[in-house]
Amino acid sequence: MSVTPTLALANVSKSFGAVRALREVSLDLFAGEAHALAGENGAGKSTLVKTLAGVHRPDTGQVLLNGEPVVFAGPADAQQAGVAVIYQEPTLFPDLSVAENIFMGRQPRRGLGRIDRKAMHGQARELFERLGVALDPEQPSRGLSIADQQLVEIAKALSRDARVLIMDEPTAALSGNEVARLFSVVEALREHGCAILFISHRLDEIFSLCQRVTTLRDGAWIASEPVSGLTHDDLVRRMVGRELGALYPKEEAPLGEVALQVERLTREGVFTDVSFQVRRGEIVALAGLVGAGRSEVARAVFGVDRWDAGSVSVDGRRLPAGSPTAAMGAGLALVPEDRRQQGLVMELSIERNIGLTGLRSLRRGVTISRQAERDRAKDWAVRLRLKFARLSDGVGVLSGGNQQKVVLAKWLATKPSVLIVDEPTRGIDVGTKAEVHRLLSELAGQGIAVLMISSDLPEVLGMADRVLVMHEGRLTAEISRADATEESVMNAATGRAA
Amino acid sequence: MTTATAPPEQTTSARSARGLVDLVFRARELSLVIALAALVGVTASVNGNFLSGQGIEDILLNTAILALLAVGQSLVVITRNLDLSVGSVVGLVAFVTGDLLAGGWGIVPGVLLGVAIGAACGLLNGLLVSFCRVPALVVTLGTLYVIQGVDHYIAHGRQINAVNLPPGLLSLGNGSVLGVPYLPLITLVIMVAIGYYLRSYPSGREFYAIGSSPEAARLAGVPVRRRILVAYLVSGCLAGLAGVLWLARFGTVIADSAHGWELLVVSAVVVGGVAITGGVGSVYGAALGALLLTTIGSALVVLRVNPFWQQAITGALLLLAISVDRVLALRLARLLRNRSRHG
Repeated sequence: MSVTPTLALANVSKSFGAVRALREVSLDLFAGEAHALAGENGAGKSTLVKTLAGVHRPDTGQVLLNGEPVVFAGPADAQQAGVAVIYQEPTLFPDLSVAENIFMGRQPRRGLGRIDRKAMHGQARELFERLGVALDPEQPSRGLSIADQQLVEIAKALSRDARVLIMDEPTAALSGNEVARLFSVVEALREHGCAILFISHRLDEIFSLCQRVTTLRDGAWIASEPVSGLTHDDLVRRMVGRELGALYPKEEAPLGEVALQVERLTREGVFTDVSFQVRRGEIVALAGLVGAGRSEVARAVFGVDRWDAGSVSVDGRRLPAGSPTAAMGAGLALVPEDRRQQGLVMELSIERNIGLTGLRSLRRGVTISRQAERDRAKDWAVRLRLKFARLSDGVGVLSGGNQQKVVLAKWLATKPSVLIVDEPTRGIDVGTKAEVHRLLSELAGQGIAVLMISSDLPEVLGMADRVLVMHEGRLTAEISRADATEESVMNAATGRAA
Repeated sequence: MTTATAPPEQTTSARSARGLVDLVFRARELSLVIALAALVGVTASVNGNFLSGQGIEDILLNTAILALLAVGQSLVVITRNLDLSVGSVVGLVAFVTGDLLAGGWGIVPGVLLGVAIGAACGLLNGLLVSFCRVPALVVTLGTLYVIQGVDHYIAHGRQINAVNLPPGLLSLGNGSVLGVPYLPLITLVIMVAIGYYLRSYPSGREFYAIGSSPEAARLAGVPVRRRILVAYLVSGCLAGLAGVLWLARFGTVIADSAHGWELLVVSAVVVGGVAITGGVGSVYGAALGALLLTTIGSALVVLRVNPFWQQAITGALLLLAISVDRVLALRLARLLRNRSRHG
């Protein structure tokens, strides 16, 4: 194409510590074109978005605006240049009104530079009419549902009259109606000459909305091509880079007794009537969209949050609500979603982190034996094939995948009978990902019941003996390994009849 | 989630939800006023002098400096930060300007110097917090001691005496116009100006945005560091001004004026409904909080209550304010969530 792209990346690389998030990636966004960005979790999509948005600066390579190299010093610069971004996680100010959230920094003014609240609320109302939603501009954004928050984000982007609109999974929390309306708005913007970058895990959406697609895998550029010549399978193959299945070595293990039994578990306003069981030797996946309440169920089962009704039993023993200590005592282990915040104490060394769950058993007399701590860490490091320099190094120096192994070691050291893993391979490179999968499979083989929360569909389909799907706080489907397809899971996750 | 299919219900429920939020925040200022009225009523019924012209004037004079500091502090707290150094800034400025004014400086240069010293302290705090990313608690605790040390070094055990100060300054501290003392007037003007700025100007709203969600503010292109710097600068300037006013009011000062006031100021701010976690509250509430704390102090003296109780009551009030905030916030969040779900 001889036309100059509105916004482009040329050979951009970006690293965070030892993790190479983007490697020599190029991307051209043209006016009047909707461009899809495809890739697995951890492929570098969000880093790419943040680079275009001025949040990250590329280590090497350039950002080009209308063919001219630019350096965005911060998000404000990118916005000034006409780049509007809708992030995966809504970024709202909970204490401020919806209208203030939309117009922060660009409020309509009246005399003496003061904010014209009336005009601001009026304009917000117009935006919502255009989007066809009934939100009150004067309502505080605290307490809005995820979908409504996302709509506020979309209104924010619309209000900027952007020349480039970047949407990082804007539809993850939206219902079918809302998605359709969003698409008609995006379509109108595109016809107006706006360049669109669209990220979604729902391949259907890419095919119906976009003209071209760029695929990333492990931070590297794989292909940029017209959507028209592609099939679903082509796209998946580019994203995954191998035939499905090779990565997911789940072996058949004999099923034992029910280890985890959850009955009619309810936490008001978060999830309702969730019942399921996991047997020894079984890997059960809990799938669903972001915000469907999966992690919240896991937190409640483990006792981090209280539940309002229902029961949780491990090996036939009922657990009290809201007690992680009791849950651990009964043989539960939870590997949380957010490694850095919830899974690890980043300031401590590898051995200290592994030792955390069993401080009592490491005692010699009243004090903790450093030797016992070190021995335990060494033992697990070998078993999990941890790559490290010294066990006394801070966990911060490890790669994401190895950090995840440390979290796993920490919990496996408690000899759990039920292991709950929340997004076990998010942000982990493919090699380590396969190792984590092999490990989960082995654990199931040893008779541990594994409950795996994952947004990574191939992972869900490859690893799980059974797939449970949540939608808006309820279990909407239970699908056996044989019947589980990307489509059946996605349908249940988005609330369409399974 | 059903916004698209049921617009009318959503609108009404959203409206009433907003009314509720308004109510909670107005309720804060309202409950402060009610508490004040009750306190004044009870005290006046025991001792009629409490409501005499002199009694009221004393309370206003005593409130003025605390409220001025609370206004500056609330700006900092709204951005999810804290300024513990204000008490020692008042002490330093009161002594240094007193020393110079007693030595023959004019009033105007004296006031300007006082504000400038405050500004310098605020700038230091602000730079360390916003650009060096040191936690506010640590930074301002450090500067609190450093400034106190400088104050003691300069004072060297000396005392500033009222007789040596220019009469013009003392009349600023104790005089009045149309029966209203100058000090509370100065505080009132500054409070209204800052309150209006925070509410009506785009940059004013950014202070709330930063406190409400620093990460979202950054992504929205809000100049986070610059705003935090400004908050500390304003807090410092007002502390400097408060130091001069302290000198004007009391005349006789030693090093250590306003010792320990930083916590009183923070208490006033929190009692006044500014969330210690940022993003919520107003300077009016903070000033009302200062008025309430001062009135309690005066009332207890009038009621001949052991002074020990004054601190205990201040503490209890603080705990009450924070727990009420917490409970209300949780209730409100649950209510709003349920409404948006069922709406």
